Amino acid sequence: MTIDDLIPFLASTAGAATPLILAATGELVTERAGVLNLGVEGMMLTGAVAGFGVTLVTGSATLGLLAAMGAAMAVALIFAVLTLSLQTNQVATGLALTLFGVGLSAFAGKGLAGQTVEPLPRIFIPFLSDLPFVGPLLFRFDGLVYAALLLVVAVGWGLAHSRPGLILRAIGESPDSAHAIGYPVIALRYAAVLFGGALAGLAGAYMSMVLTPMWVEGMTAGRGWIALALVVFATWKPRGVVLGAYLFGGVTVLQFHGQGLGLAIPSEFLSMLPYLATIAVLVFISRDAHTILLNKPMSLGVSFRADH
Amino acid sequence: MSEAVSVVPSVRPEPRLQLLGISKAYPSVVANDRIDLTVMPGEIHAVLGENGAGKSTLMKIIYGVTRPDAGEMLWDGRQVRITSPSAARSLGIGMVFQHFSVFETLSVVENISLSLDERVPLAELAPRIRTVSEEYGLPLDPYRLVHSMSVGERQRVEIVRCLLQSPRLLIMDEPTSVLTPQAVQTLFASLRRLAAEGCSILYISHKLDEIQSLCDKATVLRAGRVSGIANPREETTGSLAELMIGKELPACRMTPRTPGEVRLALHGLSLPSDDPFGTDLHDISLTVHSGEIVGIAGVSGNGQQELLKALSGERRLDQAAAVQLCGVDAGRMDPAQRRQIGLGFVPEERLGRGAVPALSLADNALLTGHVQACGTGMVHRGLIQSGAVGSFARKVIEHFKVKCGGSSALASSLSGGNLQKFIVGRETLLAPKVMVVAQPTWGVDIGASMLIRQAIIDLRDQGVAVLVVSEELDELFMMCDHLAVIADGRLSRRVPVSETSVDRIGVWMSGNFTDRTDATPSTGVRHHVPA
Repeated sequence: MTIDDLIPFLASTAGAATPLILAATGELVTERAGVLNLGVEGMMLTGAVAGFGVTLVTGSATLGLLAAMGAAMAVALIFAVLTLSLQTNQVATGLALTLFGVGLSAFAGKGLAGQTVEPLPRIFIPFLSDLPFVGPLLFRFDGLVYAALLLVVAVGWGLAHSRPGLILRAIGESPDSAHAIGYPVIALRYAAVLFGGALAGLAGAYMSMVLTPMWVEGMTAGRGWIALALVVFATWKPRGVVLGAYLFGGVTVLQFHGQGLGLAIPSEFLSMLPYLATIAVLVFISRDAHTILLNKPMSLGVSFRADH
Repeated sequence: MSEAVSVVPSVRPEPRLQLLGISKAYPSVVANDRIDLTVMPGEIHAVLGENGAGKSTLMKIIYGVTRPDAGEMLWDGRQVRITSPSAARSLGIGMVFQHFSVFETLSVVENISLSLDERVPLAELAPRIRTVSEEYGLPLDPYRLVHSMSVGERQRVEIVRCLLQSPRLLIMDEPTSVLTPQAVQTLFASLRRLAAEGCSILYISHKLDEIQSLCDKATVLRAGRVSGIANPREETTGSLAELMIGKELPACRMTPRTPGEVRLALHGLSLPSDDPFGTDLHDISLTVHSGEIVGIAGVSGNGQQELLKALSGERRLDQAAAVQLCGVDAGRMDPAQRRQIGLGFVPEERLGRGAVPALSLADNALLTGHVQACGTGMVHRGLIQSGAVGSFARKVIEHFKVKCGGSSALASSLSGGNLQKFIVGRETLLAPKVMVVAQPTWGVDIGASMLIRQAIIDLRDQGVAVLVVSEELDELFMMCDHLAVIADGRLSRRVPVSETSVDRIGVWMSGNFTDRTDATPSTGVRHHVPA
């Protein structure tokens, strides 16, 4: 592979990885607070259609991104009210949320098919982007690619070292103990679910506004589920999410090349490759029982009711 | 907020805390019924009562975790409503919980930081924890993760976290249950110092001798009501116990008996801990005969958890002969196979290892009772016989006087003492040949403790080989035939209880085992009783 091949390869990899990073980081924060939201796919689709629609109507990508986050947060709020206030089962409610998101986005996107918007501009950083070799390789992406990476660093640092992060981990481990020392468990879980919703919305918008700047029904094609799996296989650590997302993106792009080259392997098998490779690598790096013990939110998926 | 309290001029100081007519009812039980309680500044005030007497509910009300249905609370003479734990803390109330509210995956310093209302950077908090914990004789490594710590060590975290808040009222729920006799004395010294500095202490315990040596006043609860207020120093243990349980204190009966054949044998058991912060076991050898109780004393965290895992089969060994049950090499067997041979096991953690919290008592009985060798008929040709399961559970409940809502009550709905009675009862009625019991009466009140101890003694009299691992020396001296001490993963030789003393065992607990020929230990010995 030459440098000329490497640039588009890396660009497509980053493109495929960014929505996964965004959605998985949001879900990671939600799960660290002890809430399992399986509605990521539905929230992404809601974000995708809202972002695309608003950008198309207003011409403003900023407004589009905000609308995507807002719409997905509204859907996440439904989930929060049901599971946190009304104590419904988180797994069932999350699955229902995905189905709801699929239907809602298809309905809202009826008039949007076949149109297109201007993708987010690439950021040219003076000097860095002009560097030979490194410049086109690393410094000519759109803002969200960098934002997603910065976000992971911020979330990783925040979880490990900041007080809100500490409280979040405490709530995810033992909501009863956290309640006993006086933390508002339900309110904080609401915040975590909404944060997860906002990022899932952003992830969806990235797909409809940047990757393929158009709206297609069901266009997230299972990325929400991959994001969910990434969180688990990364043992709830942000670093692992980035690794998994770029690995997934990279193998996806590679297998397309493989199909293009006409390898004597059925394309169905090649399409499986990104999933298998990502899971195999992440399982390998996270098989240590001690790491899982220390990072898995112990109360994940369990309803909490404050007893008064 | 209303301040309609009339100020009575008086030379007597204002009570630090006064409760008037506090009531709290739950759907099935009245936990607190018009309770009055007055705590003066600098007073060490005992709250005595059996399990289910309403002590914990009352403490949770004071700490703002639970809200009362009726009643008033006065703090320094002013009416207050404590609506949350942080409100309680801002008044200066600190609490050490009985069921620890520590977060296992977090470090000591992170745990403590969470419960402090002031924001202190962890880097500053850690040295303060070290200083305070050493000052009060409760040494802690601030950066250790709590999940790797023993029950006793976790309790230190709770105590130190309260001490850091410079409380004006400290609530301690059964604080000494897992401390060595020496550590209890250190703790008492620090509590007395705290009280002398003006801090009031509400001390909940079932250990009457402790209350008598430490407390200025005692409020006794029975079935949710105040059954008496006393000066514990002027009462006898018997009269206090009578206030508490409404009848005379039961006692254990134990008559000497000749032991039979060896039922449990450990041969040179060495085992590296699977926990990075655990204790490795070194060359442990021990025999337990049919019809005797052997006790293992020791401060928590000295290898008890590892030893118990090796005994129960949760941790399998490489050498099959290192653990022998009834003459069978059992080292490589899993817990179910060992139960098949006749092992009964009561672990230290009741919820999670001894019982599944979310299952009914009947289902919990099935969990260990399904073993065919026990002959309970709970499983027939692979199918559960729910009739047999239910009647077995009801038998346990009846024989061991378990207070619960029947065999379909969830394990999590029982108080600690009642659940322990159920677990001990379940294991006992399965007719084991070897019984291993860890912390049989931890956090269990005096009436229930005696019942549990007597049940274990009765097992011995039926010819069962019993091994008891406990951190309560009084208990071991009360119910064991022989004692050994575990310290730093090594086990002392076993000595007959009649030929040793609390002081000597205390020295062994610090890791200083005197030799078989009895070389006098060099440090810290007050009396030395030659064997």
